[in-house]
Formats: sequence, C-alpha cells, structure tokens
Amino acid sequence: MALRGVLPPEVIQLTPNVFTQPFWDAAAEHRLVLPRCTACSAYRFPPAPFCWRCRAQEVEWVQHQGNGAIYSYTVVRHAVIPDVRDALPVIAAVVELPGTDGCRIVGNVVDCEPEDVKVDAPVMLDWYDVRAGTAVPIFRLI
Amino acid sequence: MTVTENTLKDKTAVVGIGATPYYRRGQSLPQTPLEMAGKAVIAALDDAGLTVDDLDGFALYSMGFDTSLLAQWLGVPDVKFTAMLTGGGGGAAGSVGLASAGIVSGMADVVVSVMTLQQAASRFGASFAPRGKPGATYSAPPSPEGNFIQPAGLHGPGQMFAVLAMRHMHLYGTTREHFAEVAISTRANAVRRPTALMREPLTLDQYFDARMISDPLCLFDFCLECDGAVAVVTTSAERARDLRHPPVYVVASAHGGHGRWGQAITWLGMPDEYFASSGHRPIAQRLWEMAGVGPESVDVALLYDHFSPMVLMQLEDYGFAPVGESGPFVADGNIRWPNGSLPVNTHGGNLSEAYIIGMTHVKEAVEQLRGTAVNQVDGAQFALATGGPASIPTSALLLRR
Ligand SMILES: [Zn+2]
Repeated sequence: MALRGVLPPEVIQLTPNVFTQPFWDAAAEHRLVLPRCTACSAYRFPPAPFCWRCRAQEVEWVQHQGNGAIYSYTVVRHAVIPDVRDALPVIAAVVELPGTDGCRIVGNVVDCEPEDVKVDAPVMLDWYDVRAGTAVPIFRLI
Repeated sequence: MTVTENTLKDKTAVVGIGATPYYRRGQSLPQTPLEMAGKAVIAALDDAGLTVDDLDGFALYSMGFDTSLLAQWLGVPDVKFTAMLTGGGGGAAGSVGLASAGIVSGMADVVVSVMTLQQAASRFGASFAPRGKPGATYSAPPSPEGNFIQPAGLHGPGQMFAVLAMRHMHLYGTTREHFAEVAISTRANAVRRPTALMREPLTLDQYFDARMISDPLCLFDFCLECDGAVAVVTTSAERARDLRHPPVYVVASAHGGHGRWGQAITWLGMPDEYFASSGHRPIAQRLWEMAGVGPESVDVALLYDHFSPMVLMQLEDYGFAPVGESGPFVADGNIRWPNGSLPVNTHGGNLSEAYIIGMTHVKEAVEQLRGTAVNQVDGAQFALATGGPASIPTSALLLRR
C-alpha cells in the first residue's frame, strides 16, 4: 500500500559525497548508521570529516535502532514548487535519537493526521523506498 | 576580557543612504541587479554630499556581487577596500561594521555597503527545492548536507524556521497571537509609508483567515519577495562632521555566532541550549560590551523580520525580554509605534515594506537618528539594526546620533 505523507520520488535526489555515502548505502538496506569518533566517541551528524569535539577524523559507523522523540516539526501545506502539490500536506519532523550526543534526523511522519503529531511524541524509524537503491528515513507515531 | 579600548566605537559614521524603488518579485525588469546597485550607490553618495570621486571601498554580504564591473561602470578613481561578510542574509547590519573596520584600519576612507536583489529568475522561497523539471526556474542543486532535510519537504527557509518556531511554542507557550502581533504592528507602520509595498492594514481576523504555509507559520508570517537595491555610505567620524547630514555614529557592530549554530536551519542540529533562538546571543553580548550601553538604551529596534517568530527570538537574544517571554512582551504593546516601550520595524520591515535582505533596516535606523523617519520615534538617540537569523555570521549594528 502506498505511503501517505511523503513527497513523490522525482523531487527526491540524493547527491552523496565521500562522507555521507556510507549513511545512504546503509539506508538502502534499511539500516540507520551514524558516524562516531574513534578517538572520543562523539557522534557527528550530518557526517563530516572532523569531530566537532576533538577534531579527529576517523569514524566507526554505528547502527542505531532509530527510535526517538519528535524534537520539533512543521506541517508543510503550501507547495513552493509545483511538483509537490499533490503530495501535501506532509509532516516534516526533527527526531532526536537517544544516546547519540543529540543527533537529529529529519524525516516525514507518515500515515497519520497532522493533529496527532506533538513535540516530544515518541516515534519509530521506518524507510521510504524512493527508487531501487535509494531509501530515506521516515517515522511513525508509536 | 573586555573590549572597551581598541574598538570601532564612535570612530566612524553613516553619512549617506540611498535606494531604488522597491518592486514585487520580478517587476524591476528590464533593469539589471548591478544597474540597481549602481543607482543606489549614486543616490547614497549624493545624500551624503559626496560623489563617486570620493568613494574608495565596498563592504558587502550575502554573496554580494563582484565589485569590479560596478567600479568600472562608475569610474571609481581608486578602489582601496573590497570585502564581504560570508554566509547568507545574516550580514546586512554587519556589512556597515565591516566598512567601519576598513576605515578605522586606514585602508579606506569612504566605504559603501550595498545590497541588490532581483528575484525574477529564481525565488528565495524555494531556495532549497530540488532541481525539478528541465526549464523550471525555482531550482537549486541539492548539497550532500541538504540530502538530510530536503526529502522531507523542507524546501524553503520558511519551512525550516517553522521548526524553530514550533519548538519555541512548545518550550515557552508562545502562541500564534504573538506572531500575529509582530505582523500586524509591522503592517501598521507600513501603512503610513509611501515606499511600502503593503499599505492595507492587517487585522487579526485576516491573519487567522490566511492560508497556512508551514505550521505554525501562515502567509502573513512570511516576508515579501522583492526586487530593489539599498546602499549605505560610511566614513570616518572626523570627515562625517563636514557632510550634508548630522553624523550617525557607529557605536558598535558585531558579527559571527557559535560555530555549532553553523548552517542553522539547513542542518537543524544546533545545541538544545539555543536551538529555539535567533542565533544572535553571542552577537548581542559583544555588541553591548563594545557599546558600553545595553538594551535599555535603545529607542528603536530594526530587527530582521524574514519570519515573524524570529523577531520574537531576537527580542530575547538582545535582552529586551527574558528568554521565553517575548510573546507576552509583544502582547503588551511594547513593540508598537509610537507608544510602545520599544518601537520595532518602524519602516514596515521585510514583512510589509520591502525585503532587500535587511538593508532597509539600516536605512531606517539612520533616518530615525536624523529625525527624518516617516514614523519618527521622538528624540531617538540609539537605534539597533540586525542582520538575519541565518547561518553564521549573523550581525548587529548599534548607531547613535
Ligand atoms: Zn572526537
């Protein structure tokens, strides 16, 4: 069954670089992985070539279950580009992941009504298969 | 560490202001953006009683433009200083501080800060949208960092600032009525101004009847999308005393921000301590330190208003209201002209006069301190102008007469 509350595939274009490619490779397999500093254990997101805390470069990719709470959100109701008009409204949520030094993932909260979404609401991670080999994180209210 | 000795304080003054008419998005054609910049520069020099022969520096922001062609067109005799604040729309006020830095250092004598804008071929409202269909004019190429927010539909600054506004509401009980007070009070100021693009009064009913763009923001929480140019000329305090208008002194200016504020709305990972803020707190702290005065001295505040909730957060970050209490502060009528304790955006702001990426705020600060503003604050001595809450640098400028 089609997901309700996501944008059409044609407006979702990923342009990974060397730092972000591992995230998207894992995403395509429906796994959420986050880069963690091998020197001081600080998570960094979005993926970056330096640790914001200790400036080391090396990371290990740590899998996260992806469940968290809505830190904040907006309900996008007005299309600023025509290609998204039929998909609106969509709920864009910023979800903070516990135990990650405050890493936040942005994704649509799907298959629910805007009125049901609240700051601090617990959510679980799911994936939107945009096309073969490309998936982006989405969330569902628990 | 205090910074009271070796600063810019009172060493320079704004002596000229100039602008083109303001236009709805795309209506400035067939002029070109650089042509409009030239018109504003000439107007600002003329306002000062100076000419292009006196001009020797450019201080820009927000990706600016290449000054070589403009200097060539205008025949500037000797260019000695061309510099630009990095970042997005945060540098408007700070570009005058940059001009002052060039003058105080001795590198230049008469420096112009100028913004020119034409949103015919593209619009800021969709500046983070994907490239779209061939031939579409609303597009921007996605960046690797943008990949983490754009797929969810955050395609313009308004959708992103809405997230900050929602968090502020959650933490502090801020309401849409508080946002409305910013929009309505700003519109009330624009009604009296011939230069304003929006001159019909705005009622609370109209505000709540307007379409929602991105919750909690409705149409009237968004600034205008405009064309036009505004220029501001700065020189040494000594030279300023011999020019056409009474000098408007640069008391203090600061720009920058916390590194972990960073790209701000395009990553949304800012530390919890100041996520629901304008990013201006470190700027405000240095501004007041340099000035030797605080928010209680400000007679009129020109606060960058791309989105109405960000005016509230600046009121907090500059210390006009405690953090979390800007909503009740505006509800009490404090930002209304002429009777509020702190009239805000007496020119009609980005919301109702024109959006020239904040340079209209600097221009209005100068007019208020000359005593020539349309909505004059009686006896205004100190005026604050700010640059946009945005990626760093954000910026501020404190002027006095
Ligand atoms: Zn580290």
